[in-house]
Amino acid sequence: MMRKNKNFIIGVLISLFIYLVIQVLISMGILSDFWISTIILISINIILGVSLNLINGFTGQFSIGHAGFMSIGAYLSAIMTLDFNLPFPLALLVGGIAATMAGFLIGVPSLRLKGDYLAIATLGFGEIIRIIWLNTEYVGGASGLSGIPALTNWTWVFIWMMITILVVNNFVNSTHGRACISIRENEIAAEAMGIHTTKYKVIAFMIGSFFAGIAGGLSAHMFYIINPNSFNFMKSFEILVIVVLGGLGSTSGSIIGAIVLTMIFTLLQDYPEIRMIIYSLLLILMMIFRPKGLMGTREFSFQLKKRGEQYGKHTSA
Amino acid sequence: MEYITQQLINGISVGSIYALIALGYTMVYGIIKLINFAHGDIFMVGAFVGLVSAKMFQVQGFDPIWVFIFSILLSMIVSAILGVIIERIAYKPLRNASRISILITAIGVSFLLENGGIFFIGPQAQGFPEIIPKKQYHLFGSIQLDSNQIMILGVTFLLMVLLQLIVHKTKIGKAMRAVSFDMEAAHLMGINVNTTISATFAIGSALAAAAGVIYGMTYNSFDPLMGIIPGLKAFVAAVLGGIGIIPGAFIGGLFLGIIETTVSSIGYSLWRDGVAFAILILILIFKPSGLFGKNVREKV
Repeated sequence: MMRKNKNFIIGVLISLFIYLVIQVLISMGILSDFWISTIILISINIILGVSLNLINGFTGQFSIGHAGFMSIGAYLSAIMTLDFNLPFPLALLVGGIAATMAGFLIGVPSLRLKGDYLAIATLGFGEIIRIIWLNTEYVGGASGLSGIPALTNWTWVFIWMMITILVVNNFVNSTHGRACISIRENEIAAEAMGIHTTKYKVIAFMIGSFFAGIAGGLSAHMFYIINPNSFNFMKSFEILVIVVLGGLGSTSGSIIGAIVLTMIFTLLQDYPEIRMIIYSLLLILMMIFRPKGLMGTREFSFQLKKRGEQYGKHTSA
Repeated sequence: MEYITQQLINGISVGSIYALIALGYTMVYGIIKLINFAHGDIFMVGAFVGLVSAKMFQVQGFDPIWVFIFSILLSMIVSAILGVIIERIAYKPLRNASRISILITAIGVSFLLENGGIFFIGPQAQGFPEIIPKKQYHLFGSIQLDSNQIMILGVTFLLMVLLQLIVHKTKIGKAMRAVSFDMEAAHLMGINVNTTISATFAIGSALAAAAGVIYGMTYNSFDPLMGIIPGLKAFVAAVLGGIGIIPGAFIGGLFLGIIETTVSSIGYSLWRDGVAFAILILILIFKPSGLFGKNVREKV
């Protein structure tokens, strides 16, 4: 228990330090706009990766419709600030809650499916959500919404990134989270042990969708413009790659994956074709040579010596 | 009534293309339980080979029928080889890995083919040559039927019958059925599992390539991302008919084509893809084994 608390406090202190350093650099004008937007993009991708990891990595439910939930958050929060003049934090929350509700509606029927079938069903749902935006005149149809106020800044992104990591981490280490992990390990055995599998799958799905919605809202208020095609299944795959690269079932892995991939992406910005080729080769080679991802299911902890014993340690705490 | 018949004809001709792609999906899924996301992109490669070879043969001054036959055969051969190479390099090392890793690899291969296509061919759409000049026929007054539509249905039907014969009458077909039933037991019985899986990929990819050439001829266009949507739709068709069942894929494809043209013809063409996915989800939730799933347990 003590060790866990210490780990937590060190983690919070380090992240506060990172926040302050970057904030100071931004306010002193040392970081160029390019780097500020890259940092914000990394943080949004961390939110997306960590939240998808809860569904795919910890609960073992293969979902590839994350961009759909992201688009719900993006559109609703944009409408809230544009048409209803809601303050930004509230607009984000509205987007997040709407995405959660969509996660519930989609999750309850489709989580009865397993493996590939679930993957393809969530992909279908993501596409249906996109097609709905595409055909809704109120949100601009194919041309999308523009003129969204640019309210996303480093502070907001940082706050939501920390909330995401804390919520997912604490959830995973709670009784409910253990139930989710047991579903991943063996669904039939988990059910036989009296775990209400559908309930936990839906909970994980809803939490994941909530943060996807928030991330959508943040990115909408960063890029001024959103359109349905930026939330197609390519986007879902991008988030999936972050999670897989980092390691399915490792929050720190998702964070590393988000940083690495976003950097690769921005650095290769001038060569879009090569960028995607590298991206896909990375995916294939990764699966063949290191299917567990960079971190596997391990977590980065601040007692480096004890790495790899994370799960045993926490259950005893 | 005439209007309905017309839409039915259009739907069947669109549906046969889906059916051809779906046959490959179904075969690969039946044998190694993999949703081969790259299948739609093999379809694209097939279309491209067809485009290049059609232009090549046309310059040589062959008869249009022969140009068509040569280019469809060439694209089938090239895509079959490509399918086998992909299987050997990307999927074979993962034969015993988890389903998720192999699915992600398939997504990676799909990305690679798409972006490789954009890199080498360029992102813009190209015109597809009209290999056989289109002829319009008028039936019972206002119903139109063109030679292309007859050709599509004919080729699809021919290939499906051929496939059924291969699967049920030949030695490799028997091996495929055995491997899809139980890979390990088949291996113990002396069946070369790797060869059988490669053969499945070769046949499936060849069918996708044929569909690609036909698709290009029907819509007169080619672009490197053309495989994505037909690929997904064909998967829907395969699931609809019961994945792993060859006649199921055929019927599923036709069914999907008819639904699509119906949705378009009543004025909701933008919702067409949405309806296809909605059907997919409904089928998955209420009858995951597909329309023909329960009765026939045989899988290929």
